[in-house]
Amino acid sequence: MNNPFSLKNKTILVTGASSGIGKSIAVESSKMGASLIITGRNEERLEETYRQLEGENHLKIVADMTKYEDIETIVQEIPQIDGFSNNAGITQVVLVKHIKQSILENILSTNTVAPILLTQLLIKNGKIRKNGSIVFTSSLSGNYCVHYGEGMYAASKGAISGFAKGAALDLSKSNIRVNSVCPGIINTNLFETNSVLTKEELEEKQKYFPLKRFGQPEDVAYAVIYFLSDASSWVTGADLKIDGGYTLL
Amino acid sequence: MELNEFVQSFSEEFEDTSKELFTPETEFKNLDEYDSLIALSLISMVDEKMGKRITGADLRACKTIEDLFNFVNSK
Repeated sequence: MNNPFSLKNKTILVTGASSGIGKSIAVESSKMGASLIITGRNEERLEETYRQLEGENHLKIVADMTKYEDIETIVQEIPQIDGFSNNAGITQVVLVKHIKQSILENILSTNTVAPILLTQLLIKNGKIRKNGSIVFTSSLSGNYCVHYGEGMYAASKGAISGFAKGAALDLSKSNIRVNSVCPGIINTNLFETNSVLTKEELEEKQKYFPLKRFGQPEDVAYAVIYFLSDASSWVTGADLKIDGGYTLL
Repeated sequence: MELNEFVQSFSEEFEDTSKELFTPETEFKNLDEYDSLIALSLISMVDEKMGKRITGADLRACKTIEDLFNFVNSK
């Protein structure tokens, strides 16, 4: 049966694969038939993701995206790929009056600078095949709305969404597509660790979502799979909100 | 940092609450002005002034300002 959403015979690089959305994208892509190259900072957790991948021919590379030499290592070690999903991301919830240069640089370095430089090196070294697809995991934050204390995170995500559009245009000549997804609140460690809300307040907050729940990592993974697959062959520079209807209200 | 100094720094994160209301025994979550925004400010204050990272859950577990002071020092 022909399935345009299949990732069979595609090799996909997934950063930030040791947890959260990145982990889910890696696992779900493997279920759709892809060969995965997964990267993450934490060796143990990356191994855990690796063990959950279905099928064979997968590769894992421990890498810290804030170190340029690690980005270079990724590009040197990998074969040619058909898709690249960028998820490595951090946040720290800090109100404007408490912003510090060190925190700002840390967030921008992981969320904005590293993915741009990795994209540049992949392209420069011919690692992405023609008809390939790049997908950035951006955020509602900085593109559609923002919450208290998210200014630095919003800046980093607004910037990567802007870059995605620029790259979509530049790479159209090679028929390489570039899109981004903008998730709302997703149940991951990143969210749980950084929230200052009580369990009751979180329950209450879910009621503000027309679909009455926070997202699951898989909700984002399925959208990324669409952008990585041939089903989205004529889609580039798009920016898909995945927010349970949150921004409708 | 001494307890009194901590109480002072703690009070500086509030804008509308009278300074006399802040003592080591103050049950800070009962203050009208206390909300998630103040919680964010307090987390940053502890990070800046004491070099310790605390979470929203840590704040929820403390009752008085002195509880928080002791908790931060025990980290």
